[in-house]
Amino acid sequence: MSTTTLKPTPPAACKDRSQERQKEMIAAHFQRLARAPETGQKNVYTFVPGNLTELLLAFDALPVLPEINALQSAMRGKSREYIALAEKLGHSEDVCSYVKCDVGMLRSGNVGPTGERLPRPDLLLLSYTGCFTFMKWFEILRQEYGTPTVMLHVPYQGGGKPTIEMRDYVVAQLKKKVIPALEKATGKQYDEDRLKELLARSAKAEEDLTWVLSTAKHKPSPIDAYFGAVYYVGPIFSSFRGTQDAVDYYRMLREEVAERLEKGLGPVTPDGQATKERYRLVVEGPPNWTSFREFWQMFASEGAVVVNSTYTKVGGVYDDGFRHDPDHPLETLANYCLGCYTNLDLPTRVDKLVGYVQDYEADGLLINSVKSCDSFSAGQLAILRAVEERTGKPGGFIESDLVDPRFFSAANIKNRVESFLQMIEQKRGGGA
Amino acid sequence: MIAPQHSKDPAPRGNGSSGGGACSSGCGCGSGASSTGSKEAPANLATLVEKAEELARDWRLDAVRAWKARTKGIAVGYLPVWAPRELLHAMGVLPVGVMGAGDDLEIIRGDAYYQSYICHLPRSVIELGLNGALDCLDGMLFPATCDVIRNLSGVWKLSFRGKLSFYLDVPQDFERELGGQFLRQTLLELAHELETRGARKLDMGALARSIRLFDENRALVRQLYTLRRDEPWRVLTSELYPVLRAGLVQPVEEHNELLAAYLDLVRSATERRPLDQARVVVSGSFCEQPPLSLLKTLERGGCSIVDDDFVQITRWITSDVDQPHNTGKDALDWLVNSFLSDSTDSPVRYCAKGRKGDDLVRRVRASRAEGVLLCAPSFCDPALLDQPMLQDALDAAKIPWTNFKYAENTGQFQVIREQAGTFADSIKLWSEA
Repeated sequence: MSTTTLKPTPPAACKDRSQERQKEMIAAHFQRLARAPETGQKNVYTFVPGNLTELLLAFDALPVLPEINALQSAMRGKSREYIALAEKLGHSEDVCSYVKCDVGMLRSGNVGPTGERLPRPDLLLLSYTGCFTFMKWFEILRQEYGTPTVMLHVPYQGGGKPTIEMRDYVVAQLKKKVIPALEKATGKQYDEDRLKELLARSAKAEEDLTWVLSTAKHKPSPIDAYFGAVYYVGPIFSSFRGTQDAVDYYRMLREEVAERLEKGLGPVTPDGQATKERYRLVVEGPPNWTSFREFWQMFASEGAVVVNSTYTKVGGVYDDGFRHDPDHPLETLANYCLGCYTNLDLPTRVDKLVGYVQDYEADGLLINSVKSCDSFSAGQLAILRAVEERTGKPGGFIESDLVDPRFFSAANIKNRVESFLQMIEQKRGGGA
Repeated sequence: MIAPQHSKDPAPRGNGSSGGGACSSGCGCGSGASSTGSKEAPANLATLVEKAEELARDWRLDAVRAWKARTKGIAVGYLPVWAPRELLHAMGVLPVGVMGAGDDLEIIRGDAYYQSYICHLPRSVIELGLNGALDCLDGMLFPATCDVIRNLSGVWKLSFRGKLSFYLDVPQDFERELGGQFLRQTLLELAHELETRGARKLDMGALARSIRLFDENRALVRQLYTLRRDEPWRVLTSELYPVLRAGLVQPVEEHNELLAAYLDLVRSATERRPLDQARVVVSGSFCEQPPLSLLKTLERGGCSIVDDDFVQITRWITSDVDQPHNTGKDALDWLVNSFLSDSTDSPVRYCAKGRKGDDLVRRVRASRAEGVLLCAPSFCDPALLDQPMLQDALDAAKIPWTNFKYAENTGQFQVIREQAGTFADSIKLWSEA
C-alpha cells in the first residue's frame, strides 16, 4: 500500500491588471505558434539577449525563444522531468539547465506552456550575444531538427564600450547573412520601411518601460524591480517589441504604476499589496524559476523590495538612454545587440550596480548566482566585493539555478536571505 | 605604417625554416642558440623529457623571468585556446601560455573568486595572479573560449589594475570580408595596445618571419603526431605532452630546437618496442589541461593515445600559414585567413557546416584509433555541451567510447585507471577492428 501526502493547494497569487494582460498576450502568442502549421506562418527560433524581434516581425515571422520555453516549463513544474530525460540522453549534469530543459521538452513532443505543440523551426537565428552556450544550444537544435541556421556573431564589449568596428561587423552580417536567410525562410522581401515602423513603436514602449522601472527610486517603491519586473519585461524581451500590443501594454503598465505611485502604494506581491518597505535591495542575476513564488515570498514576507536588478536588462539596456532608432534601422539593431547586459564587461557591470545602489538608495546588493549561467555567474564574487567597496553597502550571495529544481534549497536560501537582511539591520544600527 | 606587398616582402615566402635555431626575425627577443646557449640539446631522451617536464611545471614562470632579465623584453600571457603568438613574437613580445598550475599548487585565495560549479582553471589562474607568479607578465590575453574565460578578463581588470587585460574576441563568421575583417581589426587593436606597453611597432616583414618560425613549430608538432600515430610506442603521450607544454614558456626558437631534438631521439630510440595497447583518441581536453599523472594513468591502463586535443595552440592552425595560396595584402592577412579557413574543428568554434562529430570520426579513422576517450574537465561548457553530439556521431560510426571528467588538480586516478583499463580490455577482447 502506498501513501500519498497531498500538498495543500496554495491560494491563488495576487496579480495586478498588467500582469493579467501580459499573461493573455503571451498565451495568444503561443496559440499563434501552435496554429502555425495550419496558418502557414513561419517561425524563427532565437535568443532573448539583444534579440532582433522587429526584424523578424518585418518578415511576419513568429519568434520562438527557447529560454522562455524553458522558464515556462519550470514554472509549470515540468523542468525536472525534461532535464532528467536530457541527462539520460547524455547531457552532463554540469551544463546549462535551460538547454537540457529545452532538449527534454523537444524529445517529449515539444509541447509549449499552453499545452499545445510548438512548431518546428523554419530558421534558427543564432544571435550569439552575451552567452557562449547559445552557440552550443543551436548546434544541438540544428542536429535535432535539421533546420537551416544563421549565425549572428555579436562581439563582446571586452574593452568596456562598443566600437564603430563592432557595430559595422554586426550590420554587415545582418545585411549579408541574416536578412537573406530570413528572406529565404519566409519567402518575403526585406522591407525597410516596415522595419522602421516597428522600431518606432519599440521606442515608445521602451520609453514607458524605462519610466516604470525608474519609479523604484521613490520611497516606497511602487514596483518590485526584480520579481515583479520579470513580468514587465516579458513582452519587450520576447515577441512583442515593435507591436501595437506592446505599446498598449506598456502604456497600461505606466498608468497602473503611476496610480500606485500617486497613492503611495508599494508593489503587488503574490500575497497581496505590500504594506511596508523595510529593505530596499538591488539584485544581480536571474531568478530561480522552479520555485519562483516561494523565492519571491522570502523577500516579500520580510518587507524586502527590490528597487533595481540586472536581470531586467538581460534583453537590452535602456536606462542609459538607448532607444531603438527608426532612422538607422540596422545600426540600431546592432547597437541593441551589443548593449545587452551580459555583453558588458565586468567593470561596466560593477559601475552599473554601484549606480543602481546609489541612485535607488538601496540598502545592499544581493547576488543570486545561478549554476546554469556562467555568463552571469563567473566573476560575481569579484563583482560583489567591488560593489561593497565602492558603496559601503553590504552584499549578500545566494546560489540556486534557473530551471533545475535540484539546485533550489529553500531552507538554505531563506537562511542566507535572512542573514543578509540582518546584516543590513546591523549596518543601520552602526554595527561593525 | 605602410604594409609591404607580398612581392616586395623583405622576407620571401616559402620553405619557412628560420635556420639554425637563432632568431631570424630580428626582433631582439634574445632567442636562438647564440643568445641562450640552448643549442646544447640534451644528449638523451630521459634528460630531455626531464627538462620538458620541468618547463611544463614552471608555473612560477622562472623561464620567462630569465628571458626578460636577458632581453629586457616584455612578455604577455595568453589563456587557451588560441592566441596570435606570431604577432606578439613579431613585436618582440614573448607569448606565454598560462594554463593554470595543474596539481602543483594548492588553491587558497582563488576559491574565494569562483563558485563550486565553475571549472578549476580560472581559480588556479587567479591564484597565480595573487601569489605573484604572473608578475613578470606585462599583460594577459583572454581569448573568446567560453564565458568563464571571457569573464576572467573582467576579474583581471578588477583585480590587477594597470596591467593589460585584453579580451581577444575571435569571429564566429568565417568569411574574409566579415569575420576576417573583424579579426584583422581586433589584431590591429591588440598590436596598438602592445605598442603602448613598450612593444615594437608591428611590421609586416617581421610578422612574415615570425609566421615562418611558428610554421616550423607546427610542422615539427605535426611530425611528432604523425610518428605517434604510426608508432605510438615510440612517442609516449606522457612525454609528448610536457614537450608541447614546454613551448608555453619558451621562445619559439628554443621550442623548435626542443621539438627537433625530441623527434631525433625518439626516432632513434631502438630500445622501444610495440606495446599491446588499445589505440585511442582523447577528446575534450583543449582548455583546462589534464595533470600529467592522468595521462600516465591512461597509458598504464592499456591505452595508447594516437590523437588528442591537448595544448591545442600548437595545432590550432592545422597547416602552414605561409603558403602560396594564402593570399592577402600582408602577413596579417595570412594569419587571419588561416584562422578563418585552416583552424581545427573545436567546440569553441561554431560548426557552420556538416554535423558535429564528423571531424572526430574523421580523426578516429585517420589515426586508426579503436576507440575514443571523451575526457573533459568538470564544468567545461564547450566540451560537455558538445559531448552528446559527439557520442551520437561515434555511435553512428560504431566507434566505441567512454567518458569521464577531471580537473587540472585531480589527484586520485584509481577509478579512471579502472575505467580506461576496462575500456582498453573491451576493445582488445571484443572489438571488430
